Amino acid sequence: MSDLTSLYQEIILEHYRKPRNFGALDDPSFEAAGHNPLCGDRVKVSLKVDDQGKVSEVGFEGAGCAISTASASLMTESIKGKSLQEARELFSRFRDMVTGKNEVGDHDLGKLEALAGVRDLPIRVKCATLAWHTLQAAIQGEAEPVSTE
Amino acid sequence: MSVEVASQKTVPDAAPQGLDVRAVRLDFPALHQEIHGHPLVYLDNAASAQKPQAVIDALVKGYSKSYSNVHRGVHTLSQRATDDYEQARSTARAFLGAEKDEEIVFVRGTSEAINLVAWSFARPRLGPGDQVLISHMEHHSNIVPWQMVCEDSGAELVVAPIDDRGQLDLEAFKTLLSAKTKMVSLVHISNALGTINPVKEVVAAAHEKGIPVMLDGAQAAPHGAVDVQALGCDFYAISSHKLFGPTGIGALYGRYEHLESMRPYQGGGEMIRYVSFDKTEYNVPPHRFEAGTPNIVGAIGMAAAMDYVTGLGFAEIVTHEAALLDYAHQRLSAIPQVRLIGTAEHKASVVSFTIDGAHPHDIGTILDHQGIAVRAGHHCAQPIMDRFGLPATARASFAFYNTLDEVDRLADGVGKVIDMFC
Ligand SMILES: Cc1ncc(COP(=O)(O)O)c(C=O)c1O
Repeated sequence: MSDLTSLYQEIILEHYRKPRNFGALDDPSFEAAGHNPLCGDRVKVSLKVDDQGKVSEVGFEGAGCAISTASASLMTESIKGKSLQEARELFSRFRDMVTGKNEVGDHDLGKLEALAGVRDLPIRVKCATLAWHTLQAAIQGEAEPVSTE
Repeated sequence: MSVEVASQKTVPDAAPQGLDVRAVRLDFPALHQEIHGHPLVYLDNAASAQKPQAVIDALVKGYSKSYSNVHRGVHTLSQRATDDYEQARSTARAFLGAEKDEEIVFVRGTSEAINLVAWSFARPRLGPGDQVLISHMEHHSNIVPWQMVCEDSGAELVVAPIDDRGQLDLEAFKTLLSAKTKMVSLVHISNALGTINPVKEVVAAAHEKGIPVMLDGAQAAPHGAVDVQALGCDFYAISSHKLFGPTGIGALYGRYEHLESMRPYQGGGEMIRYVSFDKTEYNVPPHRFEAGTPNIVGAIGMAAAMDYVTGLGFAEIVTHEAALLDYAHQRLSAIPQVRLIGTAEHKASVVSFTIDGAHPHDIGTILDHQGIAVRAGHHCAQPIMDRFGLPATARASFAFYNTLDEVDRLADGVGKVIDMFC
């Protein structure tokens, strides 16, 4: 089960058990809801942006699998202090990693690289990207919940 | 995902019952392979079942020896294909216990059968104020077509409740039958919960009020003998792929007087008797409902699957699957973190469950890495998931070729999930 432990690394299980920044923000600058019809998972992402245009606070809510919950939790940590443009770029690099576009290690994604194992499980890519898609929808101000389909 | 044919088959335990499971397994080539380095344990039969060699051979023969279009050529191959196709209809008639071959319409599967009945039978009989009655445990295939005809006609879709064990509330169901009810459609065996519904009683209660009944038999046909005349239902739908046959084919049984009264579902070749630009005369049933070139070899393959299953014997299948279900319940309910979803008194070999602290999706992935195929998700039955307050479950669904050893593999696999997550 070696490939399994690379998918479910300790850091993923840890973020799943104790997600960071869990909960909705009061009075957010942006928020959106996301849905993965495949497994029924739902997530809400809300964020506040400071005068500098940087993410000062971010929260997520929802029940999901280990991959989607850990991914959302890691995402909230990694975008704090970043500009919206930087957050978008991070998503694009993250997506390249989980869809296997680049070699592992080429991403400079820090902790987010714990999710690289998803590249071997195409069906789970949606779990790993749900929170990110939702973040993107929030930034773009989409009113309708986004779907991974 | 590594998929290899294992050179050495693991020999399963022989069932203590009449079915020689060891021999039966040898009939299914797909069962003998390794997934992630482990012998495959295929427990996703409710989604789709594996195919015996007899079915594969029938498909090969259908395409290599007697293939042509049906009902139109004067040449020998066309005659042969027509004979085989119509013979398949006879086989399906006998399998479902219908009176006449003409009561069997070949369709793509259960979904198409339900859509056909919804639009060609129910729709013209529905208007504002009328009702269609289904239950809370339906597959989306037995919800959405009725929603569509209700929306189109102004009729109302009424949903009969189920209890916490996942059983139909029969008394509530009966009180919902009224003069407004124009159609009842009910699942025979629930794909998400395994519940076997008291369909004979349902049909009798509906018929007392003159209400026609359609039964969704997608999950029932693989688990027990179906006799539409004994059930007394008006329509019955099955899918070949869940019955160890090919995809893209299924059968709709309809009482002949109903079929005769119904408008076509689609227009095209085959379903007409005479066409001019002024007027078209429709063919008689079942051809009226089979527009265009049908899935000829699919029908032949489905008949081969029916022959295969009938040859094993449903009495033996039912006994063996009951033993699998009992043992699976016993092993899984001994694990404190496991919650069984669907514990009906009358139940087919379908085990839906959740694990405290582990999402069904993760359960599915971790089991897969141990070679165990289960379904994780909402099983195309979101209203049931909502009823139990769950986004999803993991589901192990057993067929006659599964073994008690495989139940052990499942339970041990679940133990590994718990080790990882809990
Ligand atoms: C109870 C039930 N009804 C209907 C269907 C739909 O069958 P098909 O997809 O073959 O049309 C299924 C299959 O998933 C089912 O389990």
